[in-house]
Amino acid sequence: MNDVITMDHGSGGKKSASLVQEIFLPAFANDALNALGDGAVLEGGANLVMSTDSFVIAPRFFPGGDIGKLAVCGTVNDVCMAGGAPKYLSLGMILEEGLPLDELRSVAASIAKAANEANVQIVTGDTKVVERGKGDGLYINTAGIGFLRHPGLSRERMREGDAVIVSGFVGDHGAAVMLARAELGIKSSLCSDCAPLTAMCASLAACGEAVRVLRDPTRGGVATALNEFVEDTPLCIELTEDAIPIRAETQAGCDLLGLDPLYCANEGKLVAVVDKEKAEEALAAIRRAPYGENAAVIGTVSARSPGHVLLLTRAQGTRMLSKLTGAELPRIC
Amino acid sequence: MCLAIPLKLISVDGAQAVGEAAGLTRAVRVDFIKEPKVGDYVIVHAGFAIERLRKTEAEASLKAWREVADAGE
Amino acid sequence: MPESKALLQAIQAVDVPPVTLMEVCGTHTMAIAKAGLKPLLAPKVTLLSGPGCPVCVTPARDIDACLTLSARPDVILTSYGDMLRVPGSARGDSLLKRRALGADVRMVYSPMDAVEVARENPCKKIVFLGVGFETTAPGTAIAVQTAKESGVKNFYLLPMLKRLEPALRALAASADFAVDGLLCPGHVASILGENGFQYVARSLRLPAVIAGFETEDVLLAVYRLLLQIREGAPALENAYPRAVQREGNTLAMATVETVFTPCDSLWRGMGMIPQSGLALKEDYAAFDAIKALDVCFEEEKPSACRCGDVIRGALPPEKCPLFGVCTPEDPIGPCMVSGEGACAARYKYGGSV
Repeated sequence: MNDVITMDHGSGGKKSASLVQEIFLPAFANDALNALGDGAVLEGGANLVMSTDSFVIAPRFFPGGDIGKLAVCGTVNDVCMAGGAPKYLSLGMILEEGLPLDELRSVAASIAKAANEANVQIVTGDTKVVERGKGDGLYINTAGIGFLRHPGLSRERMREGDAVIVSGFVGDHGAAVMLARAELGIKSSLCSDCAPLTAMCASLAACGEAVRVLRDPTRGGVATALNEFVEDTPLCIELTEDAIPIRAETQAGCDLLGLDPLYCANEGKLVAVVDKEKAEEALAAIRRAPYGENAAVIGTVSARSPGHVLLLTRAQGTRMLSKLTGAELPRIC
Repeated sequence: MCLAIPLKLISVDGAQAVGEAAGLTRAVRVDFIKEPKVGDYVIVHAGFAIERLRKTEAEASLKAWREVADAGE
Repeated sequence: MPESKALLQAIQAVDVPPVTLMEVCGTHTMAIAKAGLKPLLAPKVTLLSGPGCPVCVTPARDIDACLTLSARPDVILTSYGDMLRVPGSARGDSLLKRRALGADVRMVYSPMDAVEVARENPCKKIVFLGVGFETTAPGTAIAVQTAKESGVKNFYLLPMLKRLEPALRALAASADFAVDGLLCPGHVASILGENGFQYVARSLRLPAVIAGFETEDVLLAVYRLLLQIREGAPALENAYPRAVQREGNTLAMATVETVFTPCDSLWRGMGMIPQSGLALKEDYAAFDAIKALDVCFEEEKPSACRCGDVIRGALPPEKCPLFGVCTPEDPIGPCMVSGEGACAARYKYGGSV
């Protein structure tokens, strides 16, 4: 086998089959996938939850993860936020001619590891190869199916007085990936928080209806996710700056780049709005689960400024956190 | 960028230095700092150190805040 | 943070009528917004954001020249990130848009990065978009000197650097200038020193305090400005002595003088201001993108934008005829381009917060 992807690997012929046989099947083997049909026949009959996401991240390997782990966690977490217990994933890969096979193997291994931890199976997949220069090495699309475990999650159910919880340190993924970009010349030991939230959501499901709504604050960060909860509603979210867990290193990295941790992506965090009577119980449920040990109540739902997210600053000032407008660009001043 | 956080110099080689804050390090040019030394805190703008922070004056700033604060109470 | 709370109490206790203060540094504007200070200071103190955001004051015709350059196949443009979104004279046209359409536009963090891009791409012409104030000029000068000394002949500077003093003098000279005191930018003062800001008190007769960037730094400067206003005795005070010396950074100023010479310069929303820009000296003409690459500047097209008046405190943002047509997503004027500019803040946050 050549050691890089060539157009032949996308031909649909022997070379394509060799990718499946030598890389993907050994990594993801299960009954549904092993059948190698055009689609997978799956067990289950409950209400289904489905989500899909595409992954084009650069760099493909970053501290704390890679594009493969991200492709599993991203979709798994989306299914979780909708109340599903994720079960099955599809995996579509677009490979650029010239991609080293070792790199593909490494990504496949990391997909397998993350899928195993998240308790999902890769049951169907597809591979295409594009000419050199027509893709950025490797793009991945995953779709996920889960069974509904936590019904009724909706921002419609938020009420004044509800508590807002975040499951841990904010902004690590966005800051780690920006810092990892070679051209910045910044060295850091900061890692992405990329992780599947399956176990955390299973733990939270025990709180039932007290949990109003969940979201994983990926692109746009916590500030944007919370804006989506309240926009066009009579409700407001008020956050307390001091209560929001932010690593010193993430804050420093953001200061160096002119970014704001509240707008940086997270890939292993959730924000939850919870009935205030059950806030401590929900917080304990999150903290018991993997990746939840630094969870905190960071604010409350009110009617102070309808449709807005407000931040009570350390200086006791009030700052409005609007949605992110466009991609975050580092500032000169 | 105009950084509000100062960096601590952890190595100096001519006009090239490395600055550190909260475990992060980045290259800093120190062309405009007279006799830069490891351990100096500098204000960095667009990759260049533009001034060295003076420790005694930093303590004086803190004192000035407190004085006004105390007088106001 | 007990100091900030007590400082606020001290500010409220100073016996003066409501005042308007201006900050002229983008980093101050961000620090004030991040700490949420404006509602804490109102109604006693109104803070206005002056012309302190370097990319925002770059006129549309300069951006147009950059856009034209970006279309040349032999050119790689290098720029600070926040320049990429600033619109030219055609609505929605920006370097970000041009990059999406295939132009080679690269984000850098230091002018030295641009010299490095030039070394790595000897067959291309690398143009660095040199925006910024006195804080940025020294490093930009070193980049030009480095290119000259190490024989990097494909590095060019498009000089768009601005000098603060002529702009402040022009602002203060306008008939409807309604500002009672100036928060002087701490890092520009690191370069120019206390000496470089004496004119604010002596010549413009405005209370002036050099301020740092912590919440307490800003509040302390506001407090001292109020005391000056109460006493009716404008003076320059240095409330950021840990980073600002009397004579400034002489090494940095000398470097700037070696490479640059003051020139007339056009500001977005404020027009042509004599001696408010920096041009490359004759010794460095070979690195001047304007000369070497025949950059042409068109006439600045007339615009209904009233940012010049907003910056002076003469017009509230919502009274500008473009307010609402000009938005943070699709900005026209500098006060909307900057995320925390007066117009963007009013548009996003309304009058409520």
